[in-house]
Amino acid sequence: MDKLETCDDLERLRKSLVSEESKEKIRILICTTGCRALGAEEVYRTFQAEIENQSLADKVEIIDTGCQGLCTRAPVLTIEPMGVFYGRVTENDVHEIISRTVLKGEVIERLCYTQEGKRIPYIKDIDFYRKQKKLVLRNCGSINPKNINDYIKRNGYAAISKALSGMSAEDVIHEVVSSGLRGRGGAGFPTGKKWELAKNAKGDVKYVICNGDEGDPGAFMDRAVLEGDPHSVIEGMLICAYAIGSGKGIIYVREEYPIAVEHLNIAVDNARSLGLLGENILGSGFCFDIEVKMGAGAFVCGEETALIASIEGRRGMPCPRPPYPSTSGLWGKPTNINNVETLANIPVIIFEGADSYRSIGTETSKGTKIFALAGNVNNTGLVEVPMGTSLREIVFDIGGGIPKRKQFKAAQMGGPSGGCVPEKYLDTPIDYESVKEIGAIMGSGGLIIMDDSTSMVEIARYFMEFCQNESCGKCTPCRVGTQRMLEILTRILAGEGKKEDLSLLSELAEVTRNSSLCGLGQTSANPVISTLYYFQNEYEELIAEKV
Amino acid sequence: MKDNVTPDKTSAREVDLSRFRSIIAKYSDTTLSELVPVLQSLQDSYGYLPMEVLEELSASTGIPLSKIYGVVTFYAQFHLEPRGKHIVKLCSGTACHIKGAPDIEKRIADILQVEEGQTTQDYKFTYKAVACIGACFLAPVMMIDDRYYGKLTEEKTENILKNY
Repeated sequence: MDKLETCDDLERLRKSLVSEESKEKIRILICTTGCRALGAEEVYRTFQAEIENQSLADKVEIIDTGCQGLCTRAPVLTIEPMGVFYGRVTENDVHEIISRTVLKGEVIERLCYTQEGKRIPYIKDIDFYRKQKKLVLRNCGSINPKNINDYIKRNGYAAISKALSGMSAEDVIHEVVSSGLRGRGGAGFPTGKKWELAKNAKGDVKYVICNGDEGDPGAFMDRAVLEGDPHSVIEGMLICAYAIGSGKGIIYVREEYPIAVEHLNIAVDNARSLGLLGENILGSGFCFDIEVKMGAGAFVCGEETALIASIEGRRGMPCPRPPYPSTSGLWGKPTNINNVETLANIPVIIFEGADSYRSIGTETSKGTKIFALAGNVNNTGLVEVPMGTSLREIVFDIGGGIPKRKQFKAAQMGGPSGGCVPEKYLDTPIDYESVKEIGAIMGSGGLIIMDDSTSMVEIARYFMEFCQNESCGKCTPCRVGTQRMLEILTRILAGEGKKEDLSLLSELAEVTRNSSLCGLGQTSANPVISTLYYFQNEYEELIAEKV
Repeated sequence: MKDNVTPDKTSAREVDLSRFRSIIAKYSDTTLSELVPVLQSLQDSYGYLPMEVLEELSASTGIPLSKIYGVVTFYAQFHLEPRGKHIVKLCSGTACHIKGAPDIEKRIADILQVEEGQTTQDYKFTYKAVACIGACFLAPVMMIDDRYYGKLTEEKTENILKNY
């Protein structure tokens, strides 16, 4: 690859890539990340062989992509330009797909998605897709994440090019501030403000860290973005680095996500060989490079200060704040940490402008949010909707409702730091403020749907067991509080609960929430508090039953 | 611990330190900041982290053994005991939990005749329950080495394990 020396070089490359793309070619896009678990790689290889055997390489192309969203139908593929969507595809279907759909334009009914008893062949007619708004996931599932040209073709790196050629660092920060973007990692701190703090902090060395340590049970949006569109995260980091004056970035990613690690390493190497990372990027004088670091398996490392300790080679234990990482972070230097989804929003904001971004969402929460929809719901998968969408729309319109004619009971939002939202809030528009009011949090966006066969006390116990395992042990309220709450919950479930247990649980929950050092401890009691509040009868029944 | 047999049948007493030296040579800067990546590479090579290797690491870098040991025991990824040829990781995330992971967990323990966290006697499998592996849409799901197996039933799990 030749290095791109200027912003014009990038634009020329993009134009030539677009013009080279054959309009007549039929493209078969198949997810080979999440869908791997159900044989997508074998299907991909069979397509490759079939295309070669039939000498169709001039007419047909098979492209391996990241997550296409409707994971419940895995392995899934889309055939462009027709827009045919097939699911549960096996190696045995490949020959028929080529001979009937690709060559003759016929639809194979049995592979189509079913909606209200009818087979829906085209992606544009599937409610699951129709009711979403893909901003962050704009490329995920429609490009080959291992090919930087695919990203560039779709205006990739045009946002950093725009920033470098005509915007000052202040302009970039101003744009992010006025977009209203808030951190997608959970707490919802305004991203532009965070950047401003890092920019204003004194120090000649500054770091940009991408927090890819998504460890919430039930969340997989960061994984999907890293696997399916790693360059959008890299571009987000570049823009951040330019804005705050940083020369070095680190992507901290979970070792449990081997495909994400692989794709990130490829993406960083490719960006570097094109000159989009390294010295004098696009001839602007701006220098920035990225290192990919693997986490070693500790949930608490999602906490900024613990993550920094882990990168420094220490036990990943949080520290009291202030000082905040923006003034004193990695190696004591000003450090800006954003989550994967937050960073993937940035190129859209800079390229399209803050005004267009602001027009999506609610008063206090702008843009879209990705939810990892799982549990007792028909269409499990990855869903991106404007902020302010109601749970009912997500669960029933997009998610297709609850399987086996069971009833919706609760949605567990925000992982171990979140809470269980009961049926009566199904119509509440979801944004940072409203979810907090109903006792959950946005968190990173894990959304587990539970039907009426789920025991809410068991769910509380499950989360408490998780938090107790993952507590780093540094502060007593978290270390001991989670332990005691777990003991009580286990006892109630074993049929040995006592009446006083409920008030004891509430008390322990409050103390743990109010006096723990970090977010893990402070929020560990949320599942207990929310289930006690909304489903107290279940606790009482379990306690009464033993008598 | 020292009486255990590593997967490649080398006795733990005779840990091959030349492997250690070739790995450590790749890191120009084996200060604390590289500790986690160095440990990850060492574990990739040995399959676990033998105490002899940790002692050697401490001696050659000057990082106190206590500090190294503290890091090794903090993170779920590191192991001080030899492990099986294949690592079975059953996801215990929320979606898997409500979709029947506890039953699969018992079944695996039954088939492999080990408790969670243990290695089979023939060192073929090490069995672990892990926090969410981010494949909730496939719940319940497990990974064997780097391969995912989704929508598990007890029967399917048994067939998968038999084929290893």
